[in-house]
Amino acid sequence: MTALLATENLTIRFGGLTAVDGFNLAIQPGDLFGLIGPNGAGKTTVFNMITGVYLPSEGTVHFDGRLVNGLQPAQVAALGVSRTFQNIRLFDELSVLENAMTGAHQHAKINLFDSLLRTARHYREEQRQRDRAYELLRFMGLEDRAGLPAKQLPYGHRRKLEIARALATEPKLICLDEPAAGMNTGEKAELSALIRKIRDELKVTVLLIEHDMKLVMGICEKIQVLDYGKTIALGTPQEIQNNPKVIEAYLGGE
Amino acid sequence: MLKTLGILAAGIAVAFGFGLLVDNAVPPFWALIVNLCGVSIILAVSLNVINGLTGQFSLGHAGFMAIGAYVSAYFTTTLRYFDPEVAKYVSQQPLFDGVWGFAPALLVGGLAAALAGLLVGIPTLRLKGDYLAIATLGFGEIVAILLTNFKQVGGSKGLTGIPSYADTSWIYAFVAICIAFSLFFQRSTFGRALIAIRENELAAEVMGIRTARMKVMAFVYGAFFAGLAGGLYAHLFQTINPGNFNFMKSVEVVVMLVLGGLGSLTGAIVGAIILTVLPEALRDLEREIALPGFRMALYALILILMMIFRPQGIFGQRELSLKLLRRILPGGRK
Repeated sequence: MTALLATENLTIRFGGLTAVDGFNLAIQPGDLFGLIGPNGAGKTTVFNMITGVYLPSEGTVHFDGRLVNGLQPAQVAALGVSRTFQNIRLFDELSVLENAMTGAHQHAKINLFDSLLRTARHYREEQRQRDRAYELLRFMGLEDRAGLPAKQLPYGHRRKLEIARALATEPKLICLDEPAAGMNTGEKAELSALIRKIRDELKVTVLLIEHDMKLVMGICEKIQVLDYGKTIALGTPQEIQNNPKVIEAYLGGE
Repeated sequence: MLKTLGILAAGIAVAFGFGLLVDNAVPPFWALIVNLCGVSIILAVSLNVINGLTGQFSLGHAGFMAIGAYVSAYFTTTLRYFDPEVAKYVSQQPLFDGVWGFAPALLVGGLAAALAGLLVGIPTLRLKGDYLAIATLGFGEIVAILLTNFKQVGGSKGLTGIPSYADTSWIYAFVAICIAFSLFFQRSTFGRALIAIRENELAAEVMGIRTARMKVMAFVYGAFFAGLAGGLYAHLFQTINPGNFNFMKSVEVVVMLVLGGLGSLTGAIVGAIILTVLPEALRDLEREIALPGFRMALYALILILMMIFRPQGIFGQRELSLKLLRRILPGGRK
């Protein structure tokens, strides 16, 4: 089976600092894949290269058999890669529903004149986006907040709304950047179930960056560990937990 | 679509009724102010799409206005008298003569401004914040300088003898069209995309919104209506010169937006009316107390106080709606 997402020798340098160094990753369709590592290991930088935000200094990113390097973020999104952000980036002045609707914007097949003249196509498109957005808000348990401005949402809900918005782009792969950060135990349990449902029910492949080991070990089937920009381990949760290099990276060696 | 045409027809009908009222019941000086308010509203509402919704700081609106004014005026004056053959032909075409020649001339002016918006927008909209402001400011200055040195359109003396086609009815018909279209723009997938760019450009881009394309779209839309406003302005005052469209004009429109509330359509309308009427209203006051220059000082003071006590503008980013009215009126539901 060919990988849905594959990076080869992915490297990026910021001046003298090599943030990610020769990073290889292979994610199969249907994976629930964890990418972990201590702070500053380069995990978010990997996401930024996958989604077209940063251009790698070396190496390649292939998604669905197509070369992604050099594409604009919007073009990568059109291929079916979506993501959330570690520091939440919602559209604060838009409502919860409208935030989710913006995810569906890229599939709009109307032009500005349809909207200015309020043609039937315009109303169909609005309906399509609204239906899609409500469906995902319901999925994330946010539908009763649909009318609220996004800035008024409590923290945990903001993280969920970002996921709903990313899912509205109808991705094949969703990259979640520390979705559980700042959540309490109850919220984390709920989130674990949701992430599993994204993969099992929506059939979206999941790539997860997360610091909460209990959550990662609980839901991911494969885990790759990054430290100082390099892969130090790859395997099942059990293998990772017993890997001496991982233990050293997290707890420090002698 | 039928509903839209209905709304537009109703808006134009109201504009013509308003025109009749102003023509017959308002003294000429104040009628002129009312007309000028209309032009200002179109300018402010269209700039709001760029500066308010998309969050791009453009200082070039007077440049687009100038292009629309000159192109449409050129069509209704010079072009008609340029060649006797052309003049004769044109006068036989009912659609291009008299007041009915005005609509196509305006349209051509608007399209010329939109084209300029496209050409200027594609390279400059890569710039952000102050840099974009400076680039668009430069564009406005270039237009003014070109017009000053362009003998065909009268150089620094400008164009005169422009027919006075733009009466209250015409101006407010276009005000209605501009407001309706801008509202429809704002409340569509494109409007949400623009707001998304303003709120978080990186997230918008990653969610698949073609930010560069959307920004150019907003810019071209704004430029088109600025061009229309310019055409109306030219056929209201019957004489235009490059000085009418200098840097201060662009700043004036930005101030209207900031006063009304950047990002609010109603705010843009209210800001445009206040900043057009206020200097004239204060003129009477100035005469009363015999203190020349007092007018501009007070005008400035009002703006400064506004920025201190309500920096988000009168409306903030809200719109005047029934819901808002219900909330602020006494006895309303919270």
